[in-house]
Amino acid sequence: MTPPLIFELSRSGRCAATLPELDVPPAELPVELLRDDLPLPEVSELDLVRHYTRLSQLNYGIDIGYYPLGSCTMKYNPKINEEMARLPGFVHLHPYQEEETVQGALYLIYSLQTFLAEIGGFAGVSLQPAAGAHGELTGVLMMRAYHLQQGDTGRNVILVPDSAHGTNPATTSMSGMTVVEIPSDGRGNVDMAALQAACQEHGPRLVGMMLTNPNTLGLFDENVAAISELVHRHGGLMYGDGANMNALLGIARPGDLGFDVLHYNLHKTFGTPHGGGGPGSGPVGASARLVDFLPRPIVAVDEARSSDGEMFFAWRDPPQSIGRVKAFYGHFGVMVRAYTYIRMLGAPGLRRVAEHAVLNANYLLSQVRGVYPIPYDRVCMHEFVCEGQVADAPDVRALDISKRLIDYGFHPPTNYFPLIVHEALMIEPTETESKETLDAFAAALRQIAEEARSDPDLLLQAPRQAPLRRLDEVRAAKELRLRWEEQGQELL
Amino acid sequence: MTVPQDLRYTKEDEWVRVEDGEAAVGITAYAQDQLGDIVYVEFPEVGDSFDQDEAFGEVESVKATAELYMPLAGEVIAVNEELEDTPELINQDPYGAWMIRIRIDDPGQVDALLDAEQYGRYLSERE
Repeated sequence: MTPPLIFELSRSGRCAATLPELDVPPAELPVELLRDDLPLPEVSELDLVRHYTRLSQLNYGIDIGYYPLGSCTMKYNPKINEEMARLPGFVHLHPYQEEETVQGALYLIYSLQTFLAEIGGFAGVSLQPAAGAHGELTGVLMMRAYHLQQGDTGRNVILVPDSAHGTNPATTSMSGMTVVEIPSDGRGNVDMAALQAACQEHGPRLVGMMLTNPNTLGLFDENVAAISELVHRHGGLMYGDGANMNALLGIARPGDLGFDVLHYNLHKTFGTPHGGGGPGSGPVGASARLVDFLPRPIVAVDEARSSDGEMFFAWRDPPQSIGRVKAFYGHFGVMVRAYTYIRMLGAPGLRRVAEHAVLNANYLLSQVRGVYPIPYDRVCMHEFVCEGQVADAPDVRALDISKRLIDYGFHPPTNYFPLIVHEALMIEPTETESKETLDAFAAALRQIAEEARSDPDLLLQAPRQAPLRRLDEVRAAKELRLRWEEQGQELL
Repeated sequence: MTVPQDLRYTKEDEWVRVEDGEAAVGITAYAQDQLGDIVYVEFPEVGDSFDQDEAFGEVESVKATAELYMPLAGEVIAVNEELEDTPELINQDPYGAWMIRIRIDDPGQVDALLDAEQYGRYLSERE
């Protein structure tokens, strides 16, 4: 059952809004900008309310059910974060206000910068980037600026492991540099021999390496110290993709592991809304070597204006800043939520987040082992990757298993990523799920494997219980239609 | 998975049909099967030159985007425009759906490509 589009509900003359009577002279609009028709839907208030309420009921989110989408850390977002972000003092701020009038907000930004620096083991943090990939671009531009400032103008190569998030090579290309891919070894770590060879070949042109640790297989790269040493020895810098920070909170700090710059995903690790509920936020932490290159502005204590133990907070530009990467100050509402999350948990609570995220993933891994192949089978961190294949069911693929999970009321895991695993299913339970939920999900995966053997059509035709059945992904990709059109008439 | 005898291959799963100093390049049956339904091919411009192993384009499926690598150094002399509207031909007939034709810079590089037997062995190693 597909609900009609709002345009299809339209009836001429209906209106959902009542405007007050005009009590000022109407403004004259330029004649050349006027037109006779505006093809917006005309619906009553009740039609409008029902339409969007119905759509909201079709939505699936973490507040509805389990969402083991690997690499996305779909943890529960505590509601107190929302309450704090809605405090009138935060909601009614204006970015052009004088510093004296926004000391509370600046204190929050300063504190969050400080917390994230401590959590990541960095000298400083900028909260400006709007999301993870934006943080990556920021970090790579900082590495570039560092080399240029050193007078080192011949560097344009960035090493990226073949298990990396697709955003890593995309960021590299977008910043005008060349990607050199490094293969993984049999344990899922960076292949050290290949890394050595690449460092030797590209040494003088090496900007650095982008590494996610734990990596996208959910495995902690055991050679991270050696990797960092090797890249640094060839004059490169280490970029950390913080997508998987949930496994490390309070246990290991990327700065201590040798990373020079790292982006955090507040919308993954620090319990702020995700996807359509966003926006995201991708703060960047920097080591002493790169801290002066952070995007401007950041918040610092203004000693001259502080007195009697009363700190005064002010905007500051890092001396070698790469400049602004975002209008105003980044996504402030997200910062309030992440600050609340950190304050509610405290340092011991953050550590328990990582411990339980890793424990949950290993528990689920133990339940899936023997049901689906696990290509890199060792103790995992916050997530693991299995192959969506069932012996004796050759027609069944990861996509079919994913679609069948919808019938069981679960959001599918990430599939077909990382690319180095055949028919990959990437499962991240997060710390906020109970043992009962994990057991129910594992039972569904076992049941689906059984169905694959006994009645594969159940999988091949899934989902059966969703509002729409199997979507035509090829057609969706080839004939992308983002705007409603009536009788071939294009809107606006 | 079929591996025609008359073609040469790379470990990146491209096939090469060499004819008189020119070559047609596509992706193998194994490659298209791994990618799944292909929805888009990004071609280079005719006249572009590439080194061996340099990326000359991209192929995008519903599952993933993969780079296309030059099996041999050379200049692009034609792209298969038919694939712009019907990229599914790559899935239907991978060895018929050539992507680009190139003028080979160094015929010596041809000898180092895999032959059908070697590529077949390489595939079975990866299974």
